Amino acid sequence: MIELQGLTKRFGANTVLNGIDLAIAPGERIVVIGPSGTGKSTLLRCINFLDRPDAGTIRIGDLTVDAARATKAQILALRRRTAFVFQNYALFANRTARGNITEALFTVRRLPRAEAEGRADAILRDIGLADRGDAYPAALSGGQQQRVGIGRALALSADLMLFDEPTSALDPEWVGEVLDLMRRIAEARQTMLIVTHEMQFAREIADRVLFMEGGRIVEEGPPAQLFESPRDPRTREFLRRVR
Amino acid sequence: MGPLDLDYMLGLVPVLLRYLPLTLGMAAGAMVLALALAVVLAMIRVSRVPVLDRLVQGFVSFFRGTPLLVQLFLFYYGLPQIVPAFAAISGIQAAIAGLTLHFAAYMAESIRAAILGVDRSQWEASQAVGMTQTQALRRIVLPQAARVAAPTLLNYFIDMIKSTSLAFTLGVTEMMGAAQREAAGSFRYFEAFLLVAVFYWVVVEALSFAQRRLETVLSRAYAR
Ligand SMILES: Nc1ncnc2c1ncn2[C@@H]1O[C@H](COP(=O)(O)OP(=O)(O)OP(=O)(O)O)[C@@H](O)[C@H]1O
Ligand SMILES: [Mg+2]
Repeated sequence: MIELQGLTKRFGANTVLNGIDLAIAPGERIVVIGPSGTGKSTLLRCINFLDRPDAGTIRIGDLTVDAARATKAQILALRRRTAFVFQNYALFANRTARGNITEALFTVRRLPRAEAEGRADAILRDIGLADRGDAYPAALSGGQQQRVGIGRALALSADLMLFDEPTSALDPEWVGEVLDLMRRIAEARQTMLIVTHEMQFAREIADRVLFMEGGRIVEEGPPAQLFESPRDPRTREFLRRVR
Repeated sequence: MGPLDLDYMLGLVPVLLRYLPLTLGMAAGAMVLALALAVVLAMIRVSRVPVLDRLVQGFVSFFRGTPLLVQLFLFYYGLPQIVPAFAAISGIQAAIAGLTLHFAAYMAESIRAAILGVDRSQWEASQAVGMTQTQALRRIVLPQAARVAAPTLLNYFIDMIKSTSLAFTLGVTEMMGAAQREAAGSFRYFEAFLLVAVFYWVVVEALSFAQRRLETVLSRAYAR
């Protein structure tokens, strides 16, 4: 079980996360939608302390971290149970596709070489880049780079995968292949928390959709309910605008 | 005295060649030490270690703000009067120490700029996969910064080779010292100093060539 309680984040006087409570069941796939600047990225970034939350607790399994007094060791432990897929891919520029996937397996997981390479082979096949393992990120298309980004996250076997608008930076021609890959990960019942504007995708794979505005979860529900009969006027307004 | 004495110059070539290793050795030694020190100084500045950061700023400011010759004199002739233990230091050691401190100050700033130039996403991705700060720095950020800083650092090395000639003012007989000694014996100052100039020039040109090659290689790195 994964649980956020009262997660709060301020940037100066601006309260960006206003006490977020959220429980995520193992294997659950949650999509977060909402207008720009409502704290969706910040929510994801606070879960693995890329942004340090000001208050609240994060629990992943037997690990409970109180944001107000999180130690370095706790933050590392939290990061080692989560994986993050960035909007701009953020691949290690000095590592090949394969190197991006194995990097943390060596340095963080301390896997023996053969095991890490074996896992990288399997993942490269999974993401459809078996023949591009030796390419550096600069030589890959946007879609290929993001698939490596997802592969790098997959390699960690994380309890929770966080996706921050993984297709927003892509040329339209590459969006489909990345969504296909995410669909397959979802089908394998990987626990996922996804921020996206791809409503059709959300409808297909989400167990639950959260609508965020002003640093709060305004409304949540199964995709059919939230998309077809949203209760909150703000949700309705937002959905009308994105359609 | 008459025109250029070519025979004399040719005869001087093997003499100066004998001192070339000392010149290159001092430069290489100081370069290795300066690089190591510069990385540490840059690290302190990048991570803004509270008190140390200010000290490093002062250090950099002083060694960039005063002439190398003054620093060498201060170190070799001045310091032993205040701290007697320094009297035991040889001219070569003092020259290497002076070159190290002087160039470390410059190189620290280049390395710092290169580290800060690495995209923030590289840090974030490292942290997101669970690396410690040190791992992120060592495996991801520093290698990328090194690539950016390498040509500049090679420039400093070239500068350093030329600056080793100042060791002669500390009584070290390196290439410049040897040329001076020979010239004083034969009164053929022009030939001796012209030859030593050619020696430095050839070494620097060879390094500049290597530097251009390196830049081509580096510009291709990570692009495949
Ligand atoms: N590092 C920061 N410093 C200051 N303010 C920030 C920082 N990061 C985000 N903010 C602010 O926090 C608010 C929420 O930002 P966030 O990126 O989480 O929104 P978002 O919901 O992801 O928006 P978008 O859909 O545009 O990605 C915004 O007002 C933003 O300006
Ligand atoms: Mg965002």
